[in-house]
Amino acid sequence: MGTFLMIIVMAVFVNNFLLVQFLGICPFLGLSKKSSSALGMGLAVTVVMTITCLITYPIYYKILVPLGLQYLEIIVFIFVIASLVQMIEKVIKKFSKPLYNAMGIYLPLITTNCAVLGVAELVIDKGQIMAILGVGSMNIGLAALYGFFAGIGFTLAMYIMSGLRDKVDYLDTSKSLKGFPMTMMTACFMAMGFYVFNLIG
Amino acid sequence: MTTKRFKQIANDGVIKNNPTLRLVLGTCPTLALSTTAMNGIGMGLAVIFILTCSNAMISMLRKIIPNEVRIPAFILIIAAFVTIVRMVLDKYIPALYESLGVYLPLIVVNCIILGRAESFASKNAVLESAFDGLFTGIGFAIAITLMGIVREALGAGSIFGIHVWDFKMEFFTSAAGAFFVYGLFIAIFNAIYTSVENKQRQKSFLLKLEFASKKEA
Repeated sequence: MGTFLMIIVMAVFVNNFLLVQFLGICPFLGLSKKSSSALGMGLAVTVVMTITCLITYPIYYKILVPLGLQYLEIIVFIFVIASLVQMIEKVIKKFSKPLYNAMGIYLPLITTNCAVLGVAELVIDKGQIMAILGVGSMNIGLAALYGFFAGIGFTLAMYIMSGLRDKVDYLDTSKSLKGFPMTMMTACFMAMGFYVFNLIG
Repeated sequence: MTTKRFKQIANDGVIKNNPTLRLVLGTCPTLALSTTAMNGIGMGLAVIFILTCSNAMISMLRKIIPNEVRIPAFILIIAAFVTIVRMVLDKYIPALYESLGVYLPLIVVNCIILGRAESFASKNAVLESAFDGLFTGIGFAIAITLMGIVREALGAGSIFGIHVWDFKMEFFTSAAGAFFVYGLFIAIFNAIYTSVENKQRQKSFLLKLEFASKKEA
C-alpha cells in the first residue's frame, strides 16, 4: 500500500510530467487555451500512456533483453505507440461516439508527443525509476500504475493552465511579451507552486 | 546552389525561422537541458548532427517514399540516426550520455526535426536540405547554449563549470527558472527582431520615396 501511495504522489505532484520533467510541453502551450480542449488532450494522453506502459514494458524485458536487441528500443517503441494510437482511435470511434468527440481529435497528435515516448523510456530505466519514484523494483503493474498517474498529473497541470490563461491572455502587457512569453511566465509561477511538493519528497 | 540561396537558408535557419525563439518548437529539451551551458551545447551538437543527416537522407529518398506513409518513414530514418548518436555517446562520452538522460531518445519526436523533414527536406535537393538542417540545428544550439549560460551563471555562479562569481540563486536552475528565462529570451528576441525589421522597412520606404521624387524631377 505504501508503495502505491508513494507512486501516486510522486507521479502526480512531486515529479509532474509537465512542470518538473518538461515532457509534453507542446500541447501544454498549444492546447491550453480552452479548458475543454485541455481536458480532452489530458484524457487522451492518460489513456495512451497507461496502455503504452502495459505493452512496452513486457516487450522490452520479455523480447528485446533476452535477444540482446536493447539498441532497437527507440524504433520499436515509436512504432508500438504509433500503431497503438491508431488502434485506440478506431476502437473508440466504433464503441463510443461521445468519447470520440471529446478526445478523438487529439489522438493523432499524441503519436509524436514526448510524454508518451518519455514514459515508455522511463519505466524501463531502473536508475530513473529510483530517482523519480523512490522504489527499487518495478513490474508491469507498477509500470501501468505509474503511466496512469503520470497522465493524471499531466491532465491536472493542463487544466490549471487553461484556467489561468483565460485571465492572462486579456492582460494589458507590452507587445513583445504577448503570447508565448506571457504563457511561459504563467507556467513559471505554476512550476514554483509544484516545487513546494518537492519538500515532501 | 547559388550564394544567394545559401545566404537565405542560413538566415532563415538561424534568425528568421529560429526554431527555439521564433517558432517555439522543440520546447521540452530546451527547458530541461539548459540547466548548464555544457548540457546545452551537448544537446545542440546532437541535434545539429541528427538534423543534418536526417534532412540529407530524407531528401535523397524523397522520390522513393510513397506519400501516404511518409511520416512513419521519416520517423524511422530519424530514429535510426538517434540510435547511432546514442550508442556513440554511451561508448565515448558517458558523462554527457548520463546528463542528457531520457531527452536523448526523445529527439525522435522532437518537432524541429520532423518539421524540417516535412516542410523542407521532402521538397528540396540534397545539398540544400543538408544546409537547411545544419543551420536550423545551429539556430537551436545557439539558443539553448545561451540559455544554459544565463541559467548556469545566475543559478550556480559558473559558466561551463568555471567559477565566475559568488552570486547564486537556486531559482534559475529549478523548473520555474527554466520557464522564466525561456519566456524572457523569446520576448527579447522578438522585440529586437521586430525593431530591426521596422527599421529595414522604413529604409526601403524612404529609398522608394527618393526614387519617386527623382523620377518626377
